[in-house]
Amino acid sequence: MSSTFYSSLTKKYVMSLAGLFLLSFLLVHLSINLLLLLDESRGLFNEAAHFMGTNPFIQTFQWVLFGGFAVHMLVGVILQIQNWMARPKRYNKKAVSEESYLSKFMIHTGIIIAVFLVIHLGDFFVLKITGQVPEFAGHHGTEDMGLLVIEKFKMGGYVLFYVIVLIFLGFHLDHAFQSAFQSLGLNNPKYMPFLKGLGRILAIVIGLGYILIPLVIYFK
Amino acid sequence: MDLKLKIWRQAGPDASGKFVEYPIQDISPESSFLEMLDILNEQLVAKGEDPVAFDHDCREGICGTCSLFINGRPHGPDTAITTCQLHMRRFKDGDTIVIEPWRAKPFPVIKDLMVDRIAFDEIIQAGGYVSINTGPMPDANVLPIPKKNADLAMDAASCIGCGACVATCKNASAMLFVSAKVSQFALLPQGKAEAKERVRKMVAKMDELGFGNCTNTYACEVECPKEISVTNIARMNREFFMAKIS
Repeated sequence: MSSTFYSSLTKKYVMSLAGLFLLSFLLVHLSINLLLLLDESRGLFNEAAHFMGTNPFIQTFQWVLFGGFAVHMLVGVILQIQNWMARPKRYNKKAVSEESYLSKFMIHTGIIIAVFLVIHLGDFFVLKITGQVPEFAGHHGTEDMGLLVIEKFKMGGYVLFYVIVLIFLGFHLDHAFQSAFQSLGLNNPKYMPFLKGLGRILAIVIGLGYILIPLVIYFK
Repeated sequence: MDLKLKIWRQAGPDASGKFVEYPIQDISPESSFLEMLDILNEQLVAKGEDPVAFDHDCREGICGTCSLFINGRPHGPDTAITTCQLHMRRFKDGDTIVIEPWRAKPFPVIKDLMVDRIAFDEIIQAGGYVSINTGPMPDANVLPIPKKNADLAMDAASCIGCGACVATCKNASAMLFVSAKVSQFALLPQGKAEAKERVRKMVAKMDELGFGNCTNTYACEVECPKEISVTNIARMNREFFMAKIS
């Protein structure tokens, strides 16, 4: 059993499944964020945030999500350390042979995203669970999360930081999506080009989707 | 052609090693890369110096013995060839050529540019036997094998075990090699009997020897002299998963 758990392939299955799960979270989060652009009164966004924050199913599932993040980060770091150890003496000269250039920097883009995640949780999640978010005017019991977001997105430095991180997230996803299918053994010459294309489209849609929101709010 | 060679020299497995520069003159563009190194070694021997140790055997691209990390790429700047098939016409007069051994923890340097690739043999050994019925010669085609599978198995079996995949992989992962060896049997009915045990043991041995993990950069496929496809890695991922859950 221990050899199953510690096997390099098992770790890759875990990375892939956790990664694909986190991708679904990104899509849900993005669709909720886009409500801010759809409804300037913030009503829709605040309602959605209220639902996510109070629905018992979502509240329970949130722990699965935290687990997914923890596992993806932990296994990713273990894999990377093992990979560094596999080549103690490095080359003097190394050409680029990788088919996907971004695939070389998964740990780097991953760390940037992880740091952002901590800051992001501090900016919104912690304020919410400690009850520091003002009430949404006219809606008793609903917090004005939208106001919190807009205040942040009116700060130029924060917007710049956010945009840069989200570009790195796009880079991370571009390699991640097709890589997950390869790791799970679902590479077939027939549909792999489609999966690679779909991964790139998802990376661009998610990256640009998130970036669009602070830009619109900042420049309005 | 006049060239400057920057070659990794290391007296033995435990020596520290360093790069030494050797200028070399009048090399014919028609000579092979290994012939160029032969010429260098003759000159070194004539001067009473220690010749550069490097692996080579068949010199026709089928044995997998030659290695060499040339200007940052295993087997040099061409694709789908081994170092012995590389010719000096691929370089320009006055070029500096950096020559290093394969670098990976499971491939320790023996001397200079020679590395110990016994780790690959250990993985093959771990795979165990393939059941073969003895007795009279069976009729041809008594065992139906789809043409597609026969071709895929043959493609996988063309791996010569040179180690270029490990050498170029940023993680020094042996996944392309191991997956080719798993696939060549897994694709054929004759290999099915021990398929699950084989993939389990080969992957366990690969991990135990300290090869890195695959991060799907696909550099191995780019550099493989036999153009082994990374779809073999996906097949091994499937085979291992099925072997583990059953």
